[in-house]
Amino acid sequence: MASNNKSSFLTPSRRDVLKYGGAAALSMPFVSRAWAQTVEINMLAWYGHGEPDIVGEFEAANNVKFKPKYYAGGDNMLGLIAQSPAGTYDIILSDGEFVQQLNAAGYIEELNAADYNFDDMLHDDFKQFPGHWADGKLHSVMVRCGHLGVSYNKNAVTAEEAQSYKCFWKPELKGKVGHFDWHLPSLGMMSLTNGNGAGLWDLDDAKWAAVKETTMSLRPQAGGFFDYGGTFNSLKNGEMQAMCGIGDWITGVLEKDGAPVASVVPKEGGIQWTESYCIGKGSEKQEIVKKFIQYMLSPDGQVKSAQMAAYPGFAITKAGRARLNEVDKKEAERTGQVDGMPNDPITLIKEGRIHYRDIPKQQSLEDWNDFWSEYKNA
Amino acid sequence: MTLPAKKKSFDLYAMTWRLPIIVWQLIFFVGPLLFMLAMSFFVVKNYRMVEAFEFTNWERMLGRGYFWDSYLLTLGLASLSTIVAMVIAFPAAYALAFKVSDNVRRWAIFLLIIPFFTSYLVRTFAWYVILAESGVINAFLGYLGLGPYTMLNTKFGTLVGYMTLTLPLVVILQTFALSNIDTRLVEAAQNLGCKPFAAVWRVVIPLAKTGLIIAALFCFILSFGDFVAPYYLGGSKPPTLPILIIDTTKSGQQWPRAAVVAVVMMVTLFAVAYAALTAAYRKRGRT
Repeated sequence: MASNNKSSFLTPSRRDVLKYGGAAALSMPFVSRAWAQTVEINMLAWYGHGEPDIVGEFEAANNVKFKPKYYAGGDNMLGLIAQSPAGTYDIILSDGEFVQQLNAAGYIEELNAADYNFDDMLHDDFKQFPGHWADGKLHSVMVRCGHLGVSYNKNAVTAEEAQSYKCFWKPELKGKVGHFDWHLPSLGMMSLTNGNGAGLWDLDDAKWAAVKETTMSLRPQAGGFFDYGGTFNSLKNGEMQAMCGIGDWITGVLEKDGAPVASVVPKEGGIQWTESYCIGKGSEKQEIVKKFIQYMLSPDGQVKSAQMAAYPGFAITKAGRARLNEVDKKEAERTGQVDGMPNDPITLIKEGRIHYRDIPKQQSLEDWNDFWSEYKNA
Repeated sequence: MTLPAKKKSFDLYAMTWRLPIIVWQLIFFVGPLLFMLAMSFFVVKNYRMVEAFEFTNWERMLGRGYFWDSYLLTLGLASLSTIVAMVIAFPAAYALAFKVSDNVRRWAIFLLIIPFFTSYLVRTFAWYVILAESGVINAFLGYLGLGPYTMLNTKFGTLVGYMTLTLPLVVILQTFALSNIDTRLVEAAQNLGCKPFAAVWRVVIPLAKTGLIIAALFCFILSFGDFVAPYYLGGSKPPTLPILIIDTTKSGQQWPRAAVVAVVMMVTLFAVAYAALTAAYRKRGRT
């Protein structure tokens, strides 16, 4: 019967096996060559920066593949770099205040300022961000930022109450105030509560003692100390009604999801987190990394950053903001990234209500961390 | 006539069988333990560990009040977890050992093993839905006009997490311990006038003592070293020693100081395990 002699895909004849096997074997060099052309870029960053919503388009267009390693906190980042051989990380996303230490330790390459369009920055400070330049040489490029202030559940705290950090002490919030488990933003906010304003990081002994006292007085209100996931969950399920140490980078994700939460910069002032890209010392992929940083500063890159699934950030370029207003007006309005809005983050900076996150000037990070452990145990 | 005492010599055959476990323990337990001890004397410079022999980490950690607060809290919570798990598990283990058929016992043990198929972290996160103020328990209590009660981010939450980790294991170990008891001894006690509860207390528990103490020891060890429950269900409020280790490494990469905490934990566990095993294998009547 003819059908018995006919081979099919499921029942290939010996001739078929040889034919397709040979073809596959012959094509292997081309396949492996195509694979070899994909450049792997080792990235060290906060969670989310190496995910497809941010790097996917760039990867496809440039035949590269990002291999992210995520950290939480500048100390953690410095430790990971210190324990790795030079050249391990091609691109490093650093918190703005830690760039200086990266540079001092020789962990990052010098950048050519001409490669980046600083004229397009929304604020002059972003062109010469503290610590990003040393002796007239550029070492890091700021790509996004966000503001920290009072984050709260609208059903428990009114918008008016949220205008001051004092709302954390509201009797009804006893056991309902959460902390993002990192000393720097929470203690920074306590310093602002004490009226230290622009000098919030530069505390003499008396001011430092006062900040510790204010922080300790908040302890009965504290309901828990959380990492990113815990912060997210506790606000979402209503366990925590207010959160110290965070901002729209967490509540923004929840708000878009319909949760009754918000973040505001209170009258005592807010803190800015700043994220900047650096090229790792000894990286052999500096050209493509430079291209990626340029991409993240481009209007499309800035929109991706503003819409980032893990946590949103503000666009920092004029063109980026304009594109965000074109393609996602709702998000631009939600975050005040529209010229003339009263909560426009750039306006807040210009009004002096925002202070860039920094490291303690008169104490060591260790002192702050020690006190943080003491506070958690109180 | 007595046979001449066999001269002790190197027994290659016996050694061949012993060697894997010895090598395993040396490589994966003794070696890392010694390294951890050595690390506790190192120093950190520019976020990098430098080999040294300094006591500064010990002085600093043991000199901090919060370290001892964490220590006592961890010890207390682990002890409470052990007591609660042992008390809750015992009736279940007793029923499985004495009151059900072999078939039911097999199925019950199989069901008790199933939780270990899934990640402990995932099981812990599942409690969010149950313990939250808007969760299942409070919703039920709401129908009865009660609550809501705060259960997450409390010591109760931590204890629930510890039970998630240890209770199935404790039930299994207790069941095995009780299953080895000769039931005729229990019947004899009852025939001689011993009431059921007294028989459990005076016959069953003493006969299963070794297994029960080992179950309690496992529960204590797992609870004492657990990071997940106190962090995610207890809200790190206040932190236990495993959380303190994480906090210490996060800030300034102080692995040597974290090693101090870890060494103290290990010493505590050695002491508890030694005391427990001594009690477990002590013969009756001997002091």
